[in-house]
Amino acid sequence: MTDLFGLAVPILALYMVIATVAPTLARRWDRTALLWLALLPAATTGWMAALLPSVLDGGTRSVHVAWVPELSLAIDLRLDALSAVMVLVISAIGTLVLLYSARYFPLGDDGRAKYAGSLVAFAGAMIALVLADNLILLVVMWEITGILSYLLIAHRIGNQPARAAATQALITTTGGGLVMLIGAVMMGEQAGTYDLSQILAAPPSGGTTTAALVLLLVGGLSKSAIIPFQFWLPGAMAAPTPASAYLHAATMVKAGIYLFARLAPAFAANGVWQPLLIGLGAATMLFGAVNALRQRDLKLLLAYGTVSQLGLLTLLIGAGNPDALLAGIAMLVAHATFKGALFFVVGIIDTAAGTRDLTKLSGVGRQRPALAVAAALAAASMAGVPPMIGFVAKEAGYAGLLAGGTAGTVAAVLMTIGSALTMAYTLRFLWGAFADKPGIERTQLSRSSSWMTAPTWILVGAGLALALWPAPLESLLQSYAQTAGPTHQHALALWHGLTAPLGLSALGWIAGAALSAAQRHLDRRRGPAVPGLDPGVGYRLAVLALETTAARVTVATQRGSVPVSLGAVLIAFVVFPATMLLRSGAGIGETAAVHPAELVLAVVILALVVSILRARRAIIAILLVGGIGYAVAVIYILRGAPDLALTQILMESVTLVAALLVLTRLPGGAAADRESRPLLGRWVSAAIAIGVGALMTSLALILPGIRTATVVSAGMDEAAVTYGGGENLVNVILVDVRSWDTFGEISVLVAAATGVAGLIFQSRRTGAAPRTPRRASGLQRPNRPSPWLTTNWMPRRSLLLEVATRLIFPIVVMFSVYVLFVGHNLPGGGFAAGLIVGLALTLRYIAGGPFELGEAAPVDAGALMGTGMLISSATAIGGLIGGGQALQSVIFHWHVPVLGDLEFITSTIFDVGVYLIVIGLVLDVLHSFGAELDRQAWAARRATDDRAQRRKELSR
Amino acid sequence: MTVNVVVAVLIGGLFAGGVYLMLSRNLLRVLLGFMVIGHGANLLLLSSGVGGGAPIVGQDGTHADPIPQALILTSIVITLAVSCFLLAMIYRNYQLTRQSEVPDDPDDVAIEELRTGAGSE
Repeated sequence: MTDLFGLAVPILALYMVIATVAPTLARRWDRTALLWLALLPAATTGWMAALLPSVLDGGTRSVHVAWVPELSLAIDLRLDALSAVMVLVISAIGTLVLLYSARYFPLGDDGRAKYAGSLVAFAGAMIALVLADNLILLVVMWEITGILSYLLIAHRIGNQPARAAATQALITTTGGGLVMLIGAVMMGEQAGTYDLSQILAAPPSGGTTTAALVLLLVGGLSKSAIIPFQFWLPGAMAAPTPASAYLHAATMVKAGIYLFARLAPAFAANGVWQPLLIGLGAATMLFGAVNALRQRDLKLLLAYGTVSQLGLLTLLIGAGNPDALLAGIAMLVAHATFKGALFFVVGIIDTAAGTRDLTKLSGVGRQRPALAVAAALAAASMAGVPPMIGFVAKEAGYAGLLAGGTAGTVAAVLMTIGSALTMAYTLRFLWGAFADKPGIERTQLSRSSSWMTAPTWILVGAGLALALWPAPLESLLQSYAQTAGPTHQHALALWHGLTAPLGLSALGWIAGAALSAAQRHLDRRRGPAVPGLDPGVGYRLAVLALETTAARVTVATQRGSVPVSLGAVLIAFVVFPATMLLRSGAGIGETAAVHPAELVLAVVILALVVSILRARRAIIAILLVGGIGYAVAVIYILRGAPDLALTQILMESVTLVAALLVLTRLPGGAAADRESRPLLGRWVSAAIAIGVGALMTSLALILPGIRTATVVSAGMDEAAVTYGGGENLVNVILVDVRSWDTFGEISVLVAAATGVAGLIFQSRRTGAAPRTPRRASGLQRPNRPSPWLTTNWMPRRSLLLEVATRLIFPIVVMFSVYVLFVGHNLPGGGFAAGLIVGLALTLRYIAGGPFELGEAAPVDAGALMGTGMLISSATAIGGLIGGGQALQSVIFHWHVPVLGDLEFITSTIFDVGVYLIVIGLVLDVLHSFGAELDRQAWAARRATDDRAQRRKELSR
Repeated sequence: MTVNVVVAVLIGGLFAGGVYLMLSRNLLRVLLGFMVIGHGANLLLLSSGVGGGAPIVGQDGTHADPIPQALILTSIVITLAVSCFLLAMIYRNYQLTRQSEVPDDPDDVAIEELRTGAGSE
């Protein structure tokens, strides 16, 4: 017995697994698969029935599985009497719903796969929800049921109104769920634990707790369609009827009631509890019942009835005294049996008659007497008429409320009015579904499967059995209610004697019957009542207002112009930090002596900046930017950064080549001064620019002076040699200390290079650059082949360039390997070495054209970069395999005769990966901007030549 | 740590020039602005560390703070990659539209029209 609840986690896992395979099964075996799927909830019902003895007299069972301890999130499941009742309802009705669905849908229904999976998943999530002992887990399951409800309501693909109704339900209930999450976090932090049972055992108090409680209750109100959230439930009737019976009558909408019932023993004494729940519950009860009286669609009539009953349940739990809590859960069980049965009846009528409009149905009861009897018994339960469980529960409800003081007495009066209205709409339902109506053609009915009628009868039978033999249910409910305090025994019984509750019940019947008679009288004079205003109108107005506001805000803030948006960002960037700087009153630090060379360089650079602003042609401007780069490199040397200077000069050269390759193909040398419609005036732009510049200057002046912490790199010298095995600190930082960052950086390089290739090649990348073609086609070929280069396709040749390339290319490549390997101890490293190779390749391209590039580097740039990534990743994993962290470097020492001591550091391998990736980047740029654009230009010229040729031939 | 006034003014000048270029519709000027701002940002990073000799173990005297240098090295190479990507975008934009300017976002224009249209009803 003790281990039986341990099955809870495997059973829930099984729901997940079955839910994922269910769509496949439903596609293969069509609707019959649903019959087999019913085995799972049936087994769950048996499992829970076997566990029932262990939860009587306040017994509990629990399991704990750690999940995300950092978020206080764990799979804590706890079984007590309340959970056991809920699980029984969910799994038993789930079984019947699956059986019923197996014949409700027509063969080959296109929504069946989604339906099967969603319904099984829903049952699992709902069971987890009522078993959850962790507040966060509860909210997670809560939201999952909301999402599955969305899928089930929007059953058919392309059904626009159903999808709108589903969205409305989703937004309302998940919005409430979000509010609930805030409440759960507040409550958990207030109590110091997220364990529901611990919170309830020692409930916190105070203003924050009350706020948290209200937020939790808002979640429950939205899920259970209590005013002001009542509108989504009638809309959700777009779902297939068995799904409505399951989610929107028997189980999901009860999640809110379950939450109230769970919190009641600890929090019902809170000042907000009774006014909030009794007030909203009573209002919802009356609103739903009045609207049910006005519906013509039988299913909508039941839906409004459900809204009304949910209001009644909220009212009972809201009273909060132990007897009322017991009655509330008894009513919940009763409602599940009779409302499930009535939805099944509507589904049977709908599939058999093709309509559920009570103004079109006539003579159904005469043709289907058995169905009419079943419906009448279920309806009796709904109206609280003996000998059904609905009557028993309602009697207990009156008794419980009357035992609950003044608030209870007021609630009992309201409940009597609600009962009268319930009686009236129950009679209207029976009349509408089964009566012979004069003047309406007798409805033709097709045969109904016994898979649909049998579950209906089972539910009706359960409602009868529970009323005749309420002892097992009573002992379970007493076990729950006694956690809130002492209760009266024998609360559930068909006959208590001539008591006040019986009097109130009788009053309800009589008033209800009179109301029904009055309505029928009105109907005969003016025709059947018409549904009133759609209650979703408030929701739609709210959504519309939200969309209009969103559009207004978008129009006001997004002008669609890059300069304007950028200007706004920059103004904010200047204003906020500048204000903070001024407020902080930080002053300029101690100034250093001005280095004369720096002064000269600064003047040169600023002059270059001004020239760029005035440059007419982008080619000139790009050259000037290159000049800035070289000048900045000299500053790097002056400030003790040879690595930076080296990389800067190489990078500047590659950028220049790439820019020139592109700009020469743009028309008119690419004007850099022309600009149509300058949205921001020249002066506004200048003001923003000066503001940003002034801010950055202030930062540069202030930041060094206010630095108090010790430099991170202090004492790095020794560590670099001991652990990093290198003397060049910058390189050790790059390939060892911050190697993860470098890893990220090379990934960016690969992405950028791939982006360049993608934009230029557009459709497919052609691997390596084109090799020397066998046959010339449309290319001008020089008269004499070049003795200096591999290819001879350059139309305009430069002898000097060819000779120089021939002489220095191999030397430069060798030099790059040297720079790569000394980089760990001297200026250099993978980045610089890669750029050196890149420049060597650039030289080959400039001297010999695209084919020369293909011959020089007959590799796919993508493959080269992939190899580089592979090598770098392998180093990362190697560190892990070596027992350390990812990318941790290992130093190997060998003593080799003759050569002496040799040392090898694994981070060098990482640098080789960087080297290959940088080569790949430059190669990709040359392939794209050079070779591919050449090819496109040639192709365009050839097409023009061909056209000219054809025109000439035609004119001849 | 001491403050280098010349470099501070230089940083401000580079940022001001770069921002002015970037506030243009002309994509080539945006690219130029990006590259100029890159130099300014690198110098700002550099000025956050102490100066000195090259940060290589065994060199005489105090050496410069290597951490800003490592950050700048990363920045330089990323600037190269992003500049090339921007160049490719400019070229592609030119191929498709035959101009080197960035037009207003059509979606934002559509929303504006939608709203003014709704307002006139």
